[in-house]
Amino acid sequence: MTGAADHTGEPVATAAWEPKIVAFLCNWCSYAGADLAGTSRIQYLPNIRVIRVPCSGRVDPLFIVKALQIGADGVLVAGCHPGDCHYISGNLLARRRFALLKRLLEYVGVEEGRVNFAWVSASEGGKFSDVVGEVVARVKALGPARRLIARTSKPEESS
Amino acid sequence: MIIQDKIREAVRSLLREKRVDLVIAHEMGTLPLRATPCFATEPGDAERIVWDPSCSVNLAAFLQNRKGKVGLVAKSCEARAALVMAAEHQFPRENLVILSAPCQGVVDVKKVQRRFGGREILAAKIEGDKIIFKGKDFQESLPLTQFLCDSCLECRHPNPVLNPSRDVLVEEGSPVAPTQADAAKIIELEKKTPDERWSYFVDQFKDCIGCNACREVCPICYCNECFADQTAPRWVGKSGDASDVLVFHLVRTLHMAGRCVDCGACSRACPMNIDVRMLTKKMEKDARELFAADPGMKEGEAEALATFSEKDPQEFIM
Repeated sequence: MTGAADHTGEPVATAAWEPKIVAFLCNWCSYAGADLAGTSRIQYLPNIRVIRVPCSGRVDPLFIVKALQIGADGVLVAGCHPGDCHYISGNLLARRRFALLKRLLEYVGVEEGRVNFAWVSASEGGKFSDVVGEVVARVKALGPARRLIARTSKPEESS
Repeated sequence: MIIQDKIREAVRSLLREKRVDLVIAHEMGTLPLRATPCFATEPGDAERIVWDPSCSVNLAAFLQNRKGKVGLVAKSCEARAALVMAAEHQFPRENLVILSAPCQGVVDVKKVQRRFGGREILAAKIEGDKIIFKGKDFQESLPLTQFLCDSCLECRHPNPVLNPSRDVLVEEGSPVAPTQADAAKIIELEKKTPDERWSYFVDQFKDCIGCNACREVCPICYCNECFADQTAPRWVGKSGDASDVLVFHLVRTLHMAGRCVDCGACSRACPMNIDVRMLTKKMEKDARELFAADPGMKEGEAEALATFSEKDPQEFIM
């Protein structure tokens, strides 16, 4: 659910507002970690919309910027721990990219906490649940996304 | 102009000895303080070549897919851009001869326009460290440094780094310290709140007309098909929506990461006076801080984002 809009058209947080978070999960570690959380009956918050990617290195910064543009309140990218990458070094290449992306987004005024990164291995179902909880808490504290959103995007109608 | 004569002489002999088929350089343009690209193929063409602070185009942009042996009369930043392109296989390095000399910076015509506030400059002459401006009923002599680009005032490598077995250095440089503190405007902006920074960028980029001049002049922005022009999926809308404009510039900046040589061509090219460099310079600065990126300083070196180190910072990852 997105927030209601005030008279200026700016979204505001209402009591019923729940953030929508796009989660890019790597197929080999984090997606399996999320799976393990499920099979282990560990609950995690339902605010994430999972997109399974072959590797965190597959996540083009454009995907993250685009997710924010079409109305995501937050983004989570999760991949294998350094040294565990199925493709040897995809996550290490991604780490450099994300470091710069995060700095650039915060520099232009996208609040810290909208875009989040985590290492979650296939055995870390508990950590996956914790990470999702932490990301949801961060985004809730920030309220609905207001920046970078396309005027033409109507997330409510397209869902 | 001693350096200019030396460059002409070097170009003449390169073309006479057929060591290159073509030399790309600057020549006098039709507007004051705006030299224009020049493509010299005959030894006699060398007479047209200009080397002074009006040479503000980044000529490395003309190198992509060029056939035959090419000479490039390059400032340090152009030489660095050329090396980045060569490392990315945009042309074979062995086909390129760089001719260079220490650079004193290039003129930002927008600074001139701002200084003269609408009064037309009919002629301008650079003499040493002064520019003499002539208009309809005025003549003024002002210090050159007032009109140099920010990127030039902050330049950390005014002396070119060349390969002596391949390239021609027409004059040895003496160490020059930057006149202006590095990334001063960016550090200033970083101190503000996210709200203030957001308003700054919305305000800066509201004038963007999507002409893509910043992309076209950039030697490093050479993709045959830009993500902004793709239609399936359409990543960036063409509506002029503030968000589309920012997405284009942000993602373009991200593509420059660890590759931008900070020549300032993007800011100079913008017809709407947007300081595009507020984004690209930030990226250049961050890539340097985080990954010691100094693109184009070493021949054949992989760009910062095409490699990694196990010790890369990751305190931001949960």
